[in-house]
Amino acid sequence: MKYETQKIAYAYFLVALILFAVQVTMGLLLAWVYIYPNTLSEILPFNILRMLHTNSLVVWLLTGFFGAAYFLIPEEAEREIHSPTLAHVQLAILVLGTAGVVLTYTFNLFEGNWLLGKEGREFLEQPKWVKAGIVVAALIFLYNVTMTVLKGRKTAITNILLLGLWGLALLFLFAFYNPSNLSLDKQYWWYVIHLWVEGVWELIMASILAYLMLKLTGVDREVVEKWLYIIAATALFSGILGTGHHYYWIGTPGYWQWIGSIFSSLEVIPFFAMMSFAFIMVWKGRRDHPNKAALLWSLGCATLAFFGAGVWGFMHTLHGVNYYSHGTQITAAHGHLAFYGAYVCLNLAMFTYAMPILKGRDPYNQVLNMASFWLMSGGVVFMTFVLTFAGAIQTHLQRVMGEFYMDVQDGLWLFYAMRFGAGIAVVLGACLYIYAVLVPRREIIEPAGTPAE
Amino acid sequence: MRDVMTKTMARNIFYGGSLFFIVIFLALSVHSHYYIVNTSTDTAGLTESVEAGKRVWERHACINCHTILGEGAYFAPELGNVMARWGVQDDPQAAFETLKAWMESQPTGIEGRRQMPQFDLSDEDIRNLADFLLWTGEIDTQGWPPNDAG
Repeated sequence: MKYETQKIAYAYFLVALILFAVQVTMGLLLAWVYIYPNTLSEILPFNILRMLHTNSLVVWLLTGFFGAAYFLIPEEAEREIHSPTLAHVQLAILVLGTAGVVLTYTFNLFEGNWLLGKEGREFLEQPKWVKAGIVVAALIFLYNVTMTVLKGRKTAITNILLLGLWGLALLFLFAFYNPSNLSLDKQYWWYVIHLWVEGVWELIMASILAYLMLKLTGVDREVVEKWLYIIAATALFSGILGTGHHYYWIGTPGYWQWIGSIFSSLEVIPFFAMMSFAFIMVWKGRRDHPNKAALLWSLGCATLAFFGAGVWGFMHTLHGVNYYSHGTQITAAHGHLAFYGAYVCLNLAMFTYAMPILKGRDPYNQVLNMASFWLMSGGVVFMTFVLTFAGAIQTHLQRVMGEFYMDVQDGLWLFYAMRFGAGIAVVLGACLYIYAVLVPRREIIEPAGTPAE
Repeated sequence: MRDVMTKTMARNIFYGGSLFFIVIFLALSVHSHYYIVNTSTDTAGLTESVEAGKRVWERHACINCHTILGEGAYFAPELGNVMARWGVQDDPQAAFETLKAWMESQPTGIEGRRQMPQFDLSDEDIRNLADFLLWTGEIDTQGWPPNDAG
């Protein structure tokens, strides 16, 4: 570790890992409720469990991004973080907000209160005071890293990363705008949801991936940064108007069916480019970096993001297809693999790379960590397949044949049971991963071992 | 590629192109906003009751089981067209009574059946919620969903 303040990242990664554990546990519980629906139905109903599942996912990914930024920006800018104190205050605000959210949802505190009660738009259910806290934390963060970068070396990686993080914070402001017209509500809700995950988050993903490639493969910075600009360009060129694929059926004009279909089809390109980039860099690279697990996660990230976000996204994005598949288990299948591939693997790759450095150890416990990759990824991929089959059947029976929702769902029991099985693999994989990065001290592996993939 | 494009060119394409697409997106957003307000939704019919109904919908996190216009969780039926499915889209009083009967019979407690919680809604809440769902049922959604099953 070259810079003392990179240490800040450690606390962020720990918080992220705790919330990751919460997220997958809730996911497994939800999968159980799908097959045994009476479980907890009056104490913690499905909707509360789902809020905990999705919110903890978003918060841990964000915390991971913040931590990654604190880790890589000193190295890129070649100077210490502007204020470590502010960075810790920021984390404290995030932890307090998260605790508040969990308690508010679980015990349904302050129901209906404008400031303290939960709000009811999907993924933006946090009480207003928590939303305000998120904005304050984001402002502290942006001030801190922007000051660091302004005074230090400016690279394409920090440019794109900062642009992504600024965009993330500005777009979140739409979370405060909730018009009483449901169609307007949805139009601007997507400004947060879509322009995050298919816009600015992709910039964050591309820049972190570029940083990891730079470190792990030793390819020339000029080459990496040119790729980075091209990937970021394709992400925004397709992703911004790609918002149209959410504007098909919510009361927005018909022209979105064409704009959405065309531009969201192009959203495959940045993910294909990231995958090509990662593999080409590894082939071209001369460096034999000992942290093979980080390399495995990076390549896994690029590959699974291409399939989850790219291929599975394209599968139901054309408006003629989406007319039938919209809001079925197809969407759930796509959502799981896309988030896992693009953002979960990205964070886990960064943790895997940074943890040995932060803890002052050799790259350690590669085998356990790599095993956790295959276990977790296998689980999510299997889950995606069974949900895709369930969604195809649901689409046909419900949307084409017109059979009622609950009758169709009863027939999908087998798929939900298999999804629960996949969920067990994911949770075991997550536990193994957390153990592998935190606990064992040292494990020597032969450098002659074959690189991942 | 090394000769075709330099890093500076790639950077300029990124910034210039992104700005171009942001401008187009914002222009279309403004148009869509006015289209929603003036054409596809019933602005005049967006009464206080509809608005209050939307708050009831939000307060109880309905969207984390149901979908509305296809968005939400996939654990319970689509509700954008629920009043049409019940055959009460044109009759507010019947909509209220049907919804009240439904809400008050939850949870069913039937073994192996998905359970909807008891939300203890007042009659006023139920009337507002019914008005909100009736208003939603009138949105011009370009013909979605394909049938009453939602």
